[in-house]
Amino acid sequence: MSSTLATPLPGLADPQALRQSLARAERQRKLRAISLTLPLLLFLALTFLVPIGVLLKRAVENPEVANALPRTAVALQGWNREGTPPAEAYAALTRDLASLPDSADAGALARRLNSEMPGARSLVMATYKALPLPQTTPTSAAPEIQAALLALDPRWNEPAYWQAIAKNASRWTPDYLLTSVDLRRDAKGTIGRVEPEQRAFGRILIRTFEISLVVTLWCLLLAYPLAYWLTTLSARQANVLMILVLVPFWTSILVRVAAWIVLLQSEGLVNHALQGLHLITQPLALLFNRTGVVIAMVHILLPFMILPLYSVMQSVPPTYLRAAVSLGSPPLAAFFRVYVPQTYPGIGAGALLVFILSIGYYVTPALLGGADDQMLSYYIAQYTNVNVNWGMACALGALLLAATLVLYAIYRRVTNSELSLG
Amino acid sequence: MKKSLLTAALVVGFSLPALAQQITVVNFGGANANAQKKAYYEPFEKTGTKVVPVEYNGEQAKIKAMVETKKVTWDVVEVESPDVARGCDEGLFEKLDYSKIGNKSDFLPAAVTECGIGVFVWSTVMAYNGDKLKDGPKTWADFFDTKKFAGKRGMRKGARYNVEFALMADGVKSGDVYKVLATKDGADRAFKKLTELKPSIQWWEAGAQPPQFLIAGDVVMSTVYNGRVDAANREGKNLKISWTGGIYDLDYWVVPKGTPNKDAALKFIAFASTPEAQAEYAKNIAYGPTNTKALAKLDAKVLANLPTSPANSGDALQFDLKFWADQGEQLEKRFAAWAAQ
Repeated sequence: MSSTLATPLPGLADPQALRQSLARAERQRKLRAISLTLPLLLFLALTFLVPIGVLLKRAVENPEVANALPRTAVALQGWNREGTPPAEAYAALTRDLASLPDSADAGALARRLNSEMPGARSLVMATYKALPLPQTTPTSAAPEIQAALLALDPRWNEPAYWQAIAKNASRWTPDYLLTSVDLRRDAKGTIGRVEPEQRAFGRILIRTFEISLVVTLWCLLLAYPLAYWLTTLSARQANVLMILVLVPFWTSILVRVAAWIVLLQSEGLVNHALQGLHLITQPLALLFNRTGVVIAMVHILLPFMILPLYSVMQSVPPTYLRAAVSLGSPPLAAFFRVYVPQTYPGIGAGALLVFILSIGYYVTPALLGGADDQMLSYYIAQYTNVNVNWGMACALGALLLAATLVLYAIYRRVTNSELSLG
Repeated sequence: MKKSLLTAALVVGFSLPALAQQITVVNFGGANANAQKKAYYEPFEKTGTKVVPVEYNGEQAKIKAMVETKKVTWDVVEVESPDVARGCDEGLFEKLDYSKIGNKSDFLPAAVTECGIGVFVWSTVMAYNGDKLKDGPKTWADFFDTKKFAGKRGMRKGARYNVEFALMADGVKSGDVYKVLATKDGADRAFKKLTELKPSIQWWEAGAQPPQFLIAGDVVMSTVYNGRVDAANREGKNLKISWTGGIYDLDYWVVPKGTPNKDAALKFIAFASTPEAQAEYAKNIAYGPTNTKALAKLDAKVLANLPTSPANSGDALQFDLKFWADQGEQLEKRFAAWAAQ
């Protein structure tokens, strides 16, 4: 292939050899460059890609039932998932539970089944602790074992628990991901929406976007004039103001959230000032609702908008604006039609940065918001720490990751450029 | 060179046990941690084992991660009741050897479990600011009655406790609450009642918040952990509790599975379970002792503030651990959906 492209260079005896040695030198240079970035790549892979991979794997992994109840899974294969299962399934379940190596396996099984069918936790644990069943031996006939199991807990007669076992017998499951978008598989595997009172995550995702969008718009509104003003100042003055922007940026988020609680509470500074000015008679509700969350988040994220805007604005020559005005354009029109378009990269970068940081916010809404101001991360934390249902937590994490990637793709499509920070 | 290194390593390795032993005890922080420090940690350190207190917010994920990676650095952990049963079932905690702790019959029946022993009895109750409200709410029906008492109510963000309170406000007797709540109709009824109050609810996340809300006047009444009210009143505030229909529960000591200091951990738990230590604890914060012999060591003034005293526990409801272990995830998700409506 290269021979077709090769045109002999003038004045050289062996152009082929020269080209090869050039290519070799180029390759070596590239290798050296790559080897320099290798530590960083390795670091990124270990701290970023591997955890994301594990997270995605956990979101679809479903080992509990398959590990604990292999015989039951086989016995349930022919069952049509209606009514009670065959007596063999009862016998297999008893045998499976009896041969679990450790009570921790029973606990894991109970937790998994309980998140599918509430009540399964106590049922499985009580059965596990009651084994061996009275008046039966491992060699007893299946109907006898079935009768003994039902005598122990009549809930084993309810098909829902068996459906949960049958449904989760495979090692991989789409259920966590489906639940994270308010869908579920029924006993036969048909996908449908969950019951109305359990539809939570769709609204929470929309709310997450809504809050992030409002925060981004406020940030842009506040940061744009400030960044513009900074560019008009002398370098010295701009530096001083820049420090004022950056000091809160370096303060711990928790400290800033606590400070906002002091300022915004009904007997707080803001309400007292407004009442003192006779602007209001009753204190405004600024805390533990959406207002408080947005105020604090805008404050925390403002520097992420100011910095890219400022760096882009600095590279915009002021001569264009002057030229437009000198050619007869009214100043305001010149500003919006000549200056603002030149700062689009800064607006895009700042808005995307603030938006993407917002959708992962946790501490601020948790402390300053009410029950309906919590964003997706709050529920991820709840599933991780309170319910200890890591599959569900990972599925919600995957949802957040997917949403972020989609947004980034849209950003690239719309602006037709890579994210640039000035 | 290599040899000397090896010797040095061996010397260090063998001399470690000779150094003063230390255990890490994990608690929920705040006023409770201060009381534990006075009653448990400081006296226990006199026996020769150093206690390193660590605060957490009940995140079981941390314990799970430690046990799963076999790098257990916490020796004794205070956990809430639903987590004792669940963690025990899932093999996160050591089974307790009661012969090293004490006589089982000295403790409240609820305090003795396979993996955890009760630290104290606490209660979630309604409270109001005595300086701002002369005649406060008496029942949960009062708490939900915004005509009789105008203003905001503080409630814990989440379904737990609130669904029980809602049912009691709707006329369910405290003894029947969990029976009703276990049915679909009962859960519907609880959420319907909560919907009535929803516009007036100010949600709290951390136990320290409701006393602040009450003192600042942000809410007229709030659900609150009784010990937090006691802590605020010790600082000169005048918060009042209505004990009717309070939900009481225990916190437990557990030992994460695989800790290298299991013996010292058990010694600590045994020490903290003695009547003397528990009585000292109750004097520092109004949480009831689990060792029934501790009650005799307390005077009437301390007893009057404890959730375990007969005057306060008359109409109280014991938190149903099994119910929440089974239904908790579902109810919390329903709460999230309800809050978004």
